[in-house]
Amino acid sequence: MTLEKKESTLSWPDGRGYFGAYGGQFVPETLVPALRELELMYESARNDPAFQEEYLRLLNDFAGRPTPLTFAGRLTGHYGRGKVYLKREDLCHTGAHKINNTVGQILLAMRSGKKRIIAETGAGQHGVATATVAAKMGLECCVYMGEEDVARQQLNVRRMEMLGATVVTVRSGSRTLKDATSEAIRDWVSSVEDTFYIIGSVVGPHPYPLMVRDFQSVIGKETSAQIEKAEGKAPDHLLACVGGGSNAIGLFHPFLGTRAIMTGVEAAGEGLDTGRHAATLTKGRPGVLHGSLSYLLQDANGQVQLAHSISAGLDYPGVGPEHSALKDSGRVRYVSVTDAEALEAARLISRLEGIIPALETAHALAYLETLMRETANEDVVVVSLSGRGDKDMETYSAHSV
Amino acid sequence: MNRLTTVLSSLRDRRKKALALFLTAGYPEADSTPGLVLSLSAAGADVIEIGMPFSDPLADGPVIQQSSAIALQNGVTIARTLDAIRTIRKTSSVPLVLMGYINPILSYGSDRFFRDAASSGVDGLILPELTLEESVRFKAEISRSGLAQILLVAPTTPEERVIAIDAASSGFLYCVSTTGVTGSAGKGTPDEFLTRVKNCAKRNPVLVGFGISTPEGARHAALLSDGVIIGSALIRRLTEGEAIGSIISWVGSIRDALSTRVPSGI
Repeated sequence: MTLEKKESTLSWPDGRGYFGAYGGQFVPETLVPALRELELMYESARNDPAFQEEYLRLLNDFAGRPTPLTFAGRLTGHYGRGKVYLKREDLCHTGAHKINNTVGQILLAMRSGKKRIIAETGAGQHGVATATVAAKMGLECCVYMGEEDVARQQLNVRRMEMLGATVVTVRSGSRTLKDATSEAIRDWVSSVEDTFYIIGSVVGPHPYPLMVRDFQSVIGKETSAQIEKAEGKAPDHLLACVGGGSNAIGLFHPFLGTRAIMTGVEAAGEGLDTGRHAATLTKGRPGVLHGSLSYLLQDANGQVQLAHSISAGLDYPGVGPEHSALKDSGRVRYVSVTDAEALEAARLISRLEGIIPALETAHALAYLETLMRETANEDVVVVSLSGRGDKDMETYSAHSV
Repeated sequence: MNRLTTVLSSLRDRRKKALALFLTAGYPEADSTPGLVLSLSAAGADVIEIGMPFSDPLADGPVIQQSSAIALQNGVTIARTLDAIRTIRKTSSVPLVLMGYINPILSYGSDRFFRDAASSGVDGLILPELTLEESVRFKAEISRSGLAQILLVAPTTPEERVIAIDAASSGFLYCVSTTGVTGSAGKGTPDEFLTRVKNCAKRNPVLVGFGISTPEGARHAALLSDGVIIGSALIRRLTEGEAIGSIISWVGSIRDALSTRVPSGI
């Protein structure tokens, strides 16, 4: 297998959907024509001012953008150095950054003329964000969710149902996001002629990693203007959690050409050495799952390993191909924190900042313990506060957070 | 010319339709495969496809998903599948095609896999996630190994793409008869689609698969193609614990249906 020549991180992906050596389109032939059609449709929408205007209008009037950039004064005091800002994606409609992407993709679905929407979901945030835009546009919506996640994210299941979506409980394999995604793809192979698949992260076959990145980049673009206004300079550090990696790419991408130090935080679960974790970039090796080549948690025979994280949204053995490329290029560093560290961070931010974060987000916040020790006094650190914690109250209660 | 090409062109010369049967390697038991291949070949299968199990078989329906999961529990790996092939080759020259997902192959080492498969006695490969575009990266390696690279066309494939896929394929062209996963029942008749594929694909024999489960279904699909592939229907019988004698007579009934002379004009 020949690896692609390394090119600038800013020009990714190439025409075949490759971010350096990662990405591509590994799908059954049945889906290839639909993906080609989507590529062309997205290319034209990307360059169409009317589409961009409609997208921004929905983000502003419906999704509640722009979101604030909050200075975390008491948290900064706690660490005694640097300045911590929180990019408040938890204040988006539906409670997480996921809506940035579903608003964009539902507009593409409307352009395609397809009447049925499908999606996969882990924590349920993407499922809720998809059910929300499908309801708004009057389209039928079906969301695949693993049985384990249905149990631990009941609130989101109820929200999707109230929004009129059908939630299909997936009982195969790991009964989490991995198998929910496989079932969504199987549905799409069977229904591609009248169904639009809204993928929730920067994963899957080309052009999904590109489209989702573009739609999520609004996070970083707003941050850039807001931090310039607040501090008169670009941020020194950017920090975000990484499951599939959509909120991280959304924050990082507009800053790739700057000097900002970027850190993606994966879920170390019960510990990197226990085998029960979801630290794909830290412990995985390149492989193909769900349509693209990227780092993957797998055994010696190339069978996909089960991920583990207390956070349903990070509980996935794969990761977006652009993150794999950014890891190899060294532009972004990837670290991990455990379930216990994330729970502790959730408690700390709640008490110090009056914000109950999602469990996924708590992983990024937990890494501040390490990161803040490396910062200089004048360093500005922006954390993607990717979602709010209402959905995780049962888990927090069970762990006495 | 390898065994696959030889057998398919001989069938074509004799105006006979090909019957390909699919087995999941190491299913139902870890050591079932060689015996099953020999029995099915004796019962009239012209080609045997052997599926290499994967943890996340996203092109497969529930029947093959379950057989893959059990095969993995049985400890099946690529190395053990190739051992089974070598055992088969001691006594049989039936064309053998390996079908599989790409990740275990990348993990084994793609170049090493193609070489080992060919030297074990495999004749061709079907890698359903490897699209025409992605297949380019393995083209030289596969062609060097002497294995046939069997690509797939689906009902959604436009005509000019069928022509390009046919040009890049060898052995045969795998025609996915319905929009769906393996074992899914067809939505209506695929006649128009099969006719379109046959008209576009001039280089390779066209074998039709996905959702064929009965002698009548096989006969009908073969009218407009060069043969059929049956997978889920066979795996279901193995899963239900049907006696091998009964499975062999079912295969015989399909073989007979394919051999029935067809009145012209259909």
